[in-house]
Amino acid sequence: MLVAGCDVGSTSGKVVILQDGKIVAHSIVPNDPLSDVTAKNAMEKALKGKNVTMNDINLTIGTGYGRVDIPFAKKIVTEIACHGKGAFWNNNKARTVIDIGGQDAKVIKIDKHGVVKDFVLNDKCAAGTGKFLETMARILDVKLEEMGKISLKAKEIVEISSQCSVFAESEVISLIAEKKDPIDILAGINHSVANRLVSMLYRIGIEEDVVISGGVAKNIGVVKMIEDKIKTKIPTYTTDPQLFGALGAALFAQQELGG
Amino acid sequence: MAEKEFEGHNHMLKNLGIDIGAHDQLMQGLQPMFREVFLSQKNRPKAMSYFDFRMSEIHGCRIRELSEHKEKGGKVIGAFCLYVPEEIVLAAGGMMVGLCAGADIGGPEAEQYLPRNICPLIRSSLGMKLSRLCPYFELADLVVGETTCDGKKKAWEIFQDLIPLHVMHLPAMKGTKAQELWLEEMIKFKEKVEEITGNEIDAAGLKEAIARVNRRRAILKRLNETRKISPTPISGKDALLVTQLGFSDDIEQFLEGAETLRQELEQRVRNSQGAIDAAMPRLMVSGCPMVLPNWKIHHIVETNGGAVVCEEACTGQRYFRDPVEESDGKLDNQLRVLSDRYLKLDCACFTPNDDRINNIIDLAQQYRVDGVIYNILQFCTTYAVEFYRVEKALKGIGVPVLRVETDYSQEDIGPLTNRLEAFLEMIRKTH
Repeated sequence: MLVAGCDVGSTSGKVVILQDGKIVAHSIVPNDPLSDVTAKNAMEKALKGKNVTMNDINLTIGTGYGRVDIPFAKKIVTEIACHGKGAFWNNNKARTVIDIGGQDAKVIKIDKHGVVKDFVLNDKCAAGTGKFLETMARILDVKLEEMGKISLKAKEIVEISSQCSVFAESEVISLIAEKKDPIDILAGINHSVANRLVSMLYRIGIEEDVVISGGVAKNIGVVKMIEDKIKTKIPTYTTDPQLFGALGAALFAQQELGG
Repeated sequence: MAEKEFEGHNHMLKNLGIDIGAHDQLMQGLQPMFREVFLSQKNRPKAMSYFDFRMSEIHGCRIRELSEHKEKGGKVIGAFCLYVPEEIVLAAGGMMVGLCAGADIGGPEAEQYLPRNICPLIRSSLGMKLSRLCPYFELADLVVGETTCDGKKKAWEIFQDLIPLHVMHLPAMKGTKAQELWLEEMIKFKEKVEEITGNEIDAAGLKEAIARVNRRRAILKRLNETRKISPTPISGKDALLVTQLGFSDDIEQFLEGAETLRQELEQRVRNSQGAIDAAMPRLMVSGCPMVLPNWKIHHIVETNGGAVVCEEACTGQRYFRDPVEESDGKLDNQLRVLSDRYLKLDCACFTPNDDRINNIIDLAQQYRVDGVIYNILQFCTTYAVEFYRVEKALKGIGVPVLRVETDYSQEDIGPLTNRLEAFLEMIRKTH
């Protein structure tokens, strides 16, 4: 049985294809302004070089902000349920899932079956999300994917007081002008994101194991800072955490077909 | 609506000082929205047609009726809040209406006076007045404010330069002292209304007014009782619309429309005929008032597989829950009874406010809800802070709760839909 999950988020599109419960293909593509194009691009990329075509896939479930515009998704599920499910597949002891995506951040609590029990999301504003980190990476002229690694070398954490991306941008520019070490500023930026998430974790209550998913899970600086604050180890998995949403959708598809 | 009649309304509105160009735009936006939110629903009770009509005529026929009342020397008194006793206005031969405060309109105008971080209800009310879009404001011989929250308290100081205003001092804690203070405020309000209308209020008149308002409470209460049944015979959106219209509609016409609806709903209950499939999760929306035309949360819930069966809000249970005791007593005694009833209301502006927590638990059980959506209008401190205790109490009885904070704009529809959908998914699993 071949099933797929397609997650069209605010900044990227992801596809995971499962065959008999194993990941056989996956992809991550940057967003096109049109969600259906993003979805198609992601699917094409996942299928490229594989021995299967769209027609071989028995069911695709869509998720993410663009879920309603995925032409080949027969069903949709919110990314909250999908991230919970994806995280649980990687670790069936997972009870708390942190997901930091492009424009939202959430903490999801799941039960011993991987089913959502409770969740919190950031309101309107995109503070503490991938978009915030992206803006900061641009000002500091570092690659987004290196922000975490570089920040580990920081000698001190320069505090960034603004939660708002727009104000934080000017704050960081002033810090550069004050000749603060950019590495320390980076640590401050990651610290600010971690703080947002920790307050959400406290709100909902921490239950181990804690798992982190979404693009920002790849920022080791943010992850370490969250670990330090909540005094809990957040394990890593072989599956790319950015794919957890699409994986969860594929697992729902598998479940739908009785698998 | 006939073209001619429409033009006639416009003439009337223009005479009231309404900005016709902007008003037309507002109405043109409202019509498709109303079609999408209400008329597209399946299995609607037929008797909703009365309320659809009154809604379509909210700035038409209703304004004409009020204008005619004024032409005959009657007075119109506007208010924003449940604490303003309509009985006193009616007893003096006046009419009371709720003022417009539910749309994302007049923001830039209002922000000349108000800070950005103020609740959308206050911003909208001032915006409506400043942009001359609410005919109720223009008709009002007196607007009545109250000291429910900090934002309103200070906004009255701005309003007083724009309209004739009377502010009632609502205490922040309950008890004997508060009862005395509130009774005093009730008497002051009575004197103010007598002065405006030129009519003296007597015991017989007040008794009759109390009975009239009680009749509206009773019918709304009974209508809402039918929502305890599964499948609910009326959608949450329709039930909310009926309650909302109670604030502006003529009492007698409203009673007639509501009575027809009651009969139909009770018949539906007997036939197990639902407006929404019984398999859908049943939800209560609790928190800040949802003033016309704010149907945002109900609409998202009901287009995503949920049924709203109860509103714990000023535009809900709090509006019709407690009748005023009817007695033959002297005027003094009647005023005391009236005053005590109003002070019983459990708005989040009171501290402590255990009554509200208990009422929420009671409603959650009576209406057998699968979950509660806690609705906070942005920057509404009292309801936002009270969430902590409400959540704790609801979780204590195993009812999941989702907190949403929103305003009247459409910009957060995406994220808001997302979390409401996720909440529905979550409670469906345990359903």
